[in-house]
Formats: sequence, structure tokens, C-alpha cells
Amino acid sequence: MPPRKVVTGFLLAAGSLAGSVLVRRRAARKRERVDLYADDGSMHSFAEGTPEADRLLPIAHDLLRA
Amino acid sequence: MDAAQAIDDLKEISPQVRDVVVIGADGAPAGSSLTQESAVGRLADGAKRLVEAAEAMRPGVAQLEAATLGGSVFVVRDGDRVIAATTSPEPTVGLVFYDLKTCLRSIDESQPPANQPAAKEPAAKEAAAKPARRRPPAQKKADDAAS
Repeated sequence: MPPRKVVTGFLLAAGSLAGSVLVRRRAARKRERVDLYADDGSMHSFAEGTPEADRLLPIAHDLLRA
Repeated sequence: MDAAQAIDDLKEISPQVRDVVVIGADGAPAGSSLTQESAVGRLADGAKRLVEAAEAMRPGVAQLEAATLGGSVFVVRDGDRVIAATTSPEPTVGLVFYDLKTCLRSIDESQPPANQPAAKEPAAKEAAAKPARRRPPAQKKADDAAS
């Protein structure tokens, strides 16, 4: 296979991968979530639908509505 | 620095922040960007409920962000004191946490907590009390030339 085609194919694959990562990241940011940061530096993230988020998100909604 | 000044500074440097309340060690609001006492109480109570619920799930929570499609709620603890803020959607999380911590730590702990919302100071007094953030251009040029 000519080197030029290999490079083109590689660039297309890399572009597709980068695009899909960006789309997934943007989609993830549009979901509601709660992030808890502990004293020891650890972080727990709870997306909507989890019991933790379902307990905390309604309080946040109340605050933002006020 | 008093709470009103610290909150004014926070609102100035962090445009993503909408409403802020500082809760003192006694659990009462020590300052807020909100003017209505009922709104201050609502934000403070909600922040305390968030912290209590989070603490029940994961003991040792120092700060939290609840991100919704309509905006985010941030709560930061520093000892017995708490600062809570609402922001616009998709804020710059690290910056907001940093600004909230800076605001909370800049408030003099010896300040007696006030239940009243932070009152706006006259502009002249505010300007006199606020430290200069940047050197004036003329001074900067002189300093740069000297170095």
C-alpha cells in the first residue's frame, strides 16, 4: 500500500477517534451529577439515577429554583 | 476582611457565581450576596441539608458540586464554616472551588456573624478599602525599566 494512503487512513482514524471522544465528553457533561470531594483528596461522582444523586439533586434543584 | 467585602470580591472575579451565602461556625448566615433575608435563609438551609446528606453518604466531605442542567450548587467547608454558591450551567469547576475557598478564608474569623445580608458599601469607601490588584501602567513601566 502506498505510504500516502497509509498516512491518510491513519489521520482519518485519529480524527474519528478524537471526534467521538469529544462528543462523548460533551454528552456526559449534559447529565446531572453530584461530585463529593473528601478531606483525603478522594472524589466520588454520582450520576443521575444513582441513589446518592437522587437524594442530593432535588435539594440542588430547590436551591437553583429559588 | 468582612464577609460583605469578601463576597463582593468573589462576585467581581467570578462571573459564573450567581448567589452566595457564608455560614458561620454557629450555623447562622454570616453574609450573602442576596438581599432578602428569606432567600438567604433558604440558600443557607439548603446548603446545610446538602452537606448533611453528603456526610451521611460519604463521611469527611470537604466540598461538593451538584451539577444540574439549570446550573450548579457548590458547597465548601473550612473548619466549622461553610460557603455555598449557585452558578450558571457548566461552570469552570476548579476555578469556582478555588474562588469559594479564597473567599471563605479571607473572611476574618473573629467577625461576629450577622444575620443580615451583606450590605453594599458606598463606592468610594469600597474603592478605598479594596487593595490594588494590579499596578498602574505608569508604575508598572517604571518597575519594568528598573528591573
